[in-house]
Amino acid sequence: MDAIILQFLNGLDKGSAYALIALGLTLIFGTLGVVNFAHGAIFMIGAFCSVTLQRILTLSSETLSETEKDFLGNPLKIKTPYVESWFGPEVGASIIDWAVPLAILLAIPVMLFVGFVMERGLIKHFYKRPHADQILVTFGLAIVLQEVIKYFYGANPIPTPAPSAFVGSFDFGPLLGLDSSLAYPYWRLVYFGFSALIIGAVFAFLQFTTFGMVVRAGMADRETVGLLGIDIDRRFTIMFGIAAAVAGLAGVMYAPINSPNYHMGMDFLVLSFVVVVVGGMGSLPGAVLAGFMLGILESLASMNEIKNILPGIDQIIIYVVAIIILLTRPRGLMGRKGVMEE
Amino acid sequence: MLGLKKHDTQLLIIVICLALFAPFLLNPFPADSAMAQFNAGYPDLMQRFAIFGIFAIGFNLLFGLTGYLSFGHAAFLGIGSYSAVWMFKLLGYNIIPGMILSVIVSAFFALLIGYISLRRSGIYFSILTLAFAQMLFAIAYSDLIGRFVGTPITNGETGLQVYNSDPQFFHSAAKPDIPHLFGQKMQSTYTLDVGAWSFDFNFGYYFCALVLIGMFYLAIRIFRSPFGLMLRAVKSNQQRMNYTGLNTKPYTLAVFVISGMYAGLAGGLMASMDPLSGAERMQWTASGEVVLMTILGGAGTLIGPVLGAGFIKYFENIFAKINDNVLHSWFSFLPDGIENFMVTLVHPFVGKGWHLTLGLLFMMVVIFLPGGLVQGAEKIGATFRRKDGKSDDAEAKAAKQRNPAAE
Repeated sequence: MDAIILQFLNGLDKGSAYALIALGLTLIFGTLGVVNFAHGAIFMIGAFCSVTLQRILTLSSETLSETEKDFLGNPLKIKTPYVESWFGPEVGASIIDWAVPLAILLAIPVMLFVGFVMERGLIKHFYKRPHADQILVTFGLAIVLQEVIKYFYGANPIPTPAPSAFVGSFDFGPLLGLDSSLAYPYWRLVYFGFSALIIGAVFAFLQFTTFGMVVRAGMADRETVGLLGIDIDRRFTIMFGIAAAVAGLAGVMYAPINSPNYHMGMDFLVLSFVVVVVGGMGSLPGAVLAGFMLGILESLASMNEIKNILPGIDQIIIYVVAIIILLTRPRGLMGRKGVMEE
Repeated sequence: MLGLKKHDTQLLIIVICLALFAPFLLNPFPADSAMAQFNAGYPDLMQRFAIFGIFAIGFNLLFGLTGYLSFGHAAFLGIGSYSAVWMFKLLGYNIIPGMILSVIVSAFFALLIGYISLRRSGIYFSILTLAFAQMLFAIAYSDLIGRFVGTPITNGETGLQVYNSDPQFFHSAAKPDIPHLFGQKMQSTYTLDVGAWSFDFNFGYYFCALVLIGMFYLAIRIFRSPFGLMLRAVKSNQQRMNYTGLNTKPYTLAVFVISGMYAGLAGGLMASMDPLSGAERMQWTASGEVVLMTILGGAGTLIGPVLGAGFIKYFENIFAKINDNVLHSWFSFLPDGIENFMVTLVHPFVGKGWHLTLGLLFMMVVIFLPGGLVQGAEKIGATFRRKDGKSDDAEAKAAKQRNPAAE
């Protein structure tokens, strides 16, 4: 029983990442009608925002120690991060410690900028082209972004620790009235809470603001909104930026869970597309639902009890479920009629 | 000739010449000169040209004719490889049974996957094929079936290869211990030295080249058949086809299976050249590669995929070889400061950064030349004809009719 609960919890953070990426993909698809294969690369750039901020914060000045010597008798070099020399050792150290959450502040403008540049510079010209062309050009863009990151950061994963306050695990055992302990890392809880917050914020933004109302109207009937004298294109550009920021933030906070490497975007992208299609193309709640569902299923399937009966099932469960769902409900779980059916 | 129109015969002759004279064409530089590193005429690379050419021709039959973008075609390549290696293990190193089985097995899988995937079109079709391919990749990579059956079927991460303990039913001491065609080894190479040049004639390559020519001829016949016309009609307006009371599914399914068989044949050939097979051949990046080749060469054209495959495989090899030393020697005529600057500038795009160049190039092609290299060549050709003062309108119209994708 407790193993099931633990796997369920484990599934939540992977599911959160799927849900956030799928949410962004669906936003872009719903507003602009573009299938964006570069969305995984945006997630990866987000993760590398964490890495970059950590590197910036740990930039150090080198001084020679007067007392200590290394084994050759030369004075030992001591590295002092600039942050520590500016704000004092304690404040400086805690700033460095909190690099990943702080990276959110860096990531929001960066991701919005990346989103705007992508939309205005490239994707704008592909609205009237067939979907196959959109897939191909964004696929090319994803390769380029991935290789640029690889050039600057190398091919190896870069460990990016979470703040030390979140190191360690929370024990769910007593809370649920179980005898055994049920340890679950704090950071994963944070990640789940953070994703829930962002998902809620996106929905609230679309539901309760005038801007969101216009965007929803534009998703339903772009032409009519345009005829009412509203500049829908500009709003859609901003939505693209927001979608990029959502995926980027998902990446920023994911960095401590899995060390960022240059191909993590592609790894997530394939699954996120499956998530979007299972949820129903163009349906935001469907994307979130399918994201969590598939994340949890994947993690449940990796339980030892199940693996003993069906070895390796954890690696194919998502695809099997996706194929079954698409065959029984061709539009996905919550897909609407008339979307992508030409 | 052979039931082809004049233009198609010309294309076929071009491909035959390219394939048969490849050892000369790809080795234009003397063996010991500084430019020798740009020679591509060694057997291993030439075999890959031909094999990926077949793979891309097959992919183009599906994508170029019907517009269905499959993102999981490498699965059939991998299945073909595994089947061929299994034949080597069970029957012996003659490649004929291996190739026959690889085509049959991949056709079976293509029928299954196509039957399900073709219920949807557009992006759903792409995702479904991608999902199937990733599933097969996961199955092969962790050898799921093998764990059920008890004997390794795909041998997981290690990859499938032939061991001494394998039965090899028809194998005898007189026969070579490497893949062969009725005793003639695939690896056997005859090297011809002419002055400073040296040319390799590899039996394996020529075998692949003959298969390529055959498959190219078959592709022309499919393109020009009523069946091909039907597929083009599906591409231009499937709804209208349905309204006229025609069920398009059998046609699309048939071409999906044919295209899967091409991929399986390419996989079988790949295993025949080097008798092992790994799961990485099935990964979705490999599927992406064949999409790149086809688009780069020109989707929907006959010769485009062959050119695209050759182009990508050639530059992948050549670019990967260029390192900083080579760059320094290129720019050595410049003053030192500018030389170092140029080397730093070019460095990210060559060597290990070849994929960056490929990605940029691919984006450029999709943006500016949706018809690929073939369209580019046609445009250049049209410009020259205009200078000659001939009316090029008729020519351009004919080109468009031949190649509706290049618009």
